[in-house]
Amino acid sequence: MMDRIRNAMLALVLACAPCVAIGAATNDAAAVEAAPNAENPEIEQRMVRLAEDLRCLVCQNESLAGSKAELAEDLRREIRDQMKAGKSDPEVIDYLTARYGDFVLYRPPFKPVTWLLWLGPVLFLGAGAAAWYVTLRRRRAVAAEPPDAEKLAAAARLLKEDQ
Amino acid sequence: MKRWVPLVAFLILVGFFAKGLFLNPREVPSPLIDRPAPAFELPLVGNDAASFSPADMRGKVWLLNVWAPWCVSCRQEHPVLMQIAQSGRVSIVGLNWKDRDREAAMLLARSGSPYLAVAEDLDGRVGIDYGVTGTPETYVIDREGFVRMKHIGPISPDVWKQKFEPKLKELGA
Repeated sequence: MMDRIRNAMLALVLACAPCVAIGAATNDAAAVEAAPNAENPEIEQRMVRLAEDLRCLVCQNESLAGSKAELAEDLRREIRDQMKAGKSDPEVIDYLTARYGDFVLYRPPFKPVTWLLWLGPVLFLGAGAAAWYVTLRRRRAVAAEPPDAEKLAAAARLLKEDQ
Repeated sequence: MKRWVPLVAFLILVGFFAKGLFLNPREVPSPLIDRPAPAFELPLVGNDAASFSPADMRGKVWLLNVWAPWCVSCRQEHPVLMQIAQSGRVSIVGLNWKDRDREAAMLLARSGSPYLAVAEDLDGRVGIDYGVTGTPETYVIDREGFVRMKHIGPISPDVWKQKFEPKLKELGA
């Protein structure tokens, strides 16, 4: 039993850890890696900007721009080639999602399966606000209630008895 | 009664976290399922003059097994693949992924080959077309050339029985 409780608590802590890790990885990794390509700095810049919002599929909490995994290198090469061939950014994104799914996108698209993901925070905020409002109103109603004459009399009687 | 609401809400949240904790993050759903297998034409390992294309397998249910000589878990699944090949249940085609040192032929000569043919994807471009993220990965492709299932990671006897067998039966193989 104790073991189970400990496991459950560990599970909670671990469940929260990736959020922190994702935040850290996307922030600092993006700009540092992917050495600028001397032959075509313009395409390189476009590629890095696009790849910062894409997930490396090997080390899943890193961006495609920042990862040193071999597959990430291959995918950067592929993005570069496609851009050189004149493809637009959305076309390159389509190319990648057709192969790896929406999982490569750090900003998932807004569609029925992701409604809860995108609207969840708003829903929770709304629920919290509603609970807050109801509690406040109830408290105000209690405070505003006029004192009951009968109860006051009973209290006075009790006080007198005490003396 | 109302006092229980936050506790119940909290327990539901814990339930979601617990479920998430036991999901495998490597099991990324493939958008390729129920789509035609991407076409390619690649030279064979050990015989650059010959080539393989998925079109060669039309009319057969077959497995495309992505592997590499440098991949440790591929060696782990090798005996399972050998058994499948020996049973004659289904043909397995290998895709030798990003094998820069071209060691595949040597390794297969040493430990035996479960493959009908092994295509050589040296630069990993065909792998990208199939959405390969690592080795080993295995695709089940049906008679019409559609991808029907993808398995990420080595095939163990259990995985074979629980995941592949039912799918193959469904596809009439």
